[in-house]
Amino acid sequence: MTALKRTPLYDAHQRLGARMIEFGGFELPVQYTSIREEHCAVREAAGLFDASHMGRIEFEGAAAIAAADGLFSRNLAGLEPGRVQYGLLCNETGGVVDDITCYRVSEESVFWCVNASNIEKDHRWILDHVASATGVHNASDETGLLALQGPASAAILSRVGAPDAAALRRFRFARMQVADCPAFVSRTGYTGADGFEIYLNSDNLPQVFEALLGEGEPLGLLPAGLGARDTLRLEAALPLYGHELDDETSPLAAGLERFVDLEVGGFIGADAIARDRDAGLDRRLVGFVLEERGVARAGCVVARAGETIGRVTSGGPSPTLGKSIGLAYVPVGVTEPGSGFQVVVRDRALQARVVETPFV
Amino acid sequence: MDFEIPDELYYTRDDEWVLSEDDSVTVGVTDFAQQQLGDIVYVELPSVGDQLESEMAFGVIESVKAVSDLNAPVSGQVIAINEELVDQPEIINEECYGGGWIIKIKPSDEDEIETLLDADSYRKIISKRST
Repeated sequence: MTALKRTPLYDAHQRLGARMIEFGGFELPVQYTSIREEHCAVREAAGLFDASHMGRIEFEGAAAIAAADGLFSRNLAGLEPGRVQYGLLCNETGGVVDDITCYRVSEESVFWCVNASNIEKDHRWILDHVASATGVHNASDETGLLALQGPASAAILSRVGAPDAAALRRFRFARMQVADCPAFVSRTGYTGADGFEIYLNSDNLPQVFEALLGEGEPLGLLPAGLGARDTLRLEAALPLYGHELDDETSPLAAGLERFVDLEVGGFIGADAIARDRDAGLDRRLVGFVLEERGVARAGCVVARAGETIGRVTSGGPSPTLGKSIGLAYVPVGVTEPGSGFQVVVRDRALQARVVETPFV
Repeated sequence: MDFEIPDELYYTRDDEWVLSEDDSVTVGVTDFAQQQLGDIVYVELPSVGDQLESEMAFGVIESVKAVSDLNAPVSGQVIAINEELVDQPEIINEECYGGGWIIKIKPSDEDEIETLLDADSYRKIISKRST
């Protein structure tokens, strides 16, 4: 087994009393004090996450960007500088290699933010599909990423010398100084809350982290770990690679058709996805709430009339709703809100109801 | 981290505490366990009258992220369950040695209690695991 990687904030996490776990090959905080408190801080004020495990792959020059466009499920050629798009990398059979955000820095420069567990896989996938590796650079190790999420985020950034962040619209980003360090500040996130993702040189991470914590505290900011990140993204019904998405799963089944540009097409997997669309899907991802006490977890069987019809991909308590919620792939006949099925938790079949997503 | 480990209780290696009284024992989870689990969101309890064998799983405790079995510290019959935990499982986080008790058992073999850990032995086990 290879040693776990640590982010430049490892010492800071220790000092804050974080409990550390393994995630995507990294040793990261799962919680500092309480997942529920950290979750509620993001919904009501703000939370600060070390997201430095996420990878960053850069494309410089027209040839590299054209190669990136041939792998990305959306039309990169039409993406203007200063804009961010969520999208997918798909394989030839239409499965998902990774889900990523794509940043158009300038006409000549693009970078992708990719999942920690997929950094090597994505980099290999790119190199296997470009004519020349020139202009493709895996910048994951030298890049740090902080996610400042919650309604107080813009006010906190203005207290650390980045008042311009407040003027950014959703899915826009700009270069600015944050706590005297150069950064890309992006109005994006993985929590369903308003907020920002702040890309930094990894050397500057501790300085910016401490400045945000110090200036944010009076506004209710808490450092937040992976536990809250997961409950927040689940309430927002945002997919997590390896749970809702994998190499065999169609983005259409996952409800991500908005992020797959089949009109322009021209990316790997587009033809297979178009065939899936025309043939019709046999299962789809739905959100459900449990109507009985208990907690549905990833891997739980979904049943109807005693027959297995699907499986839970993510599940847990929703601190905001005070109910157990989850995501599951089920046959198309039971995907309408209000449809009922059972989730089997330790041999008990608990009644569940399909609801609209996001949950909050 | 500091953990409260009252002297008058017995303990198991599964981080449960046992209060021995006349002809019943009360069982809960320790301060160490509740801190490790984090925010507790659900407790699955047995029924009054259930027969338990020592070390057998009698219930489940779930936090936001973790699921953990509750194991019987001694053999015997369940004579009471803490119904308040059904609606308010977080009581275990707030007062694990008081209102957060989980079940009471009428032991079938009183001698089994003497095989449990005393507070000092449990403290030693915890100090090794938490470093």
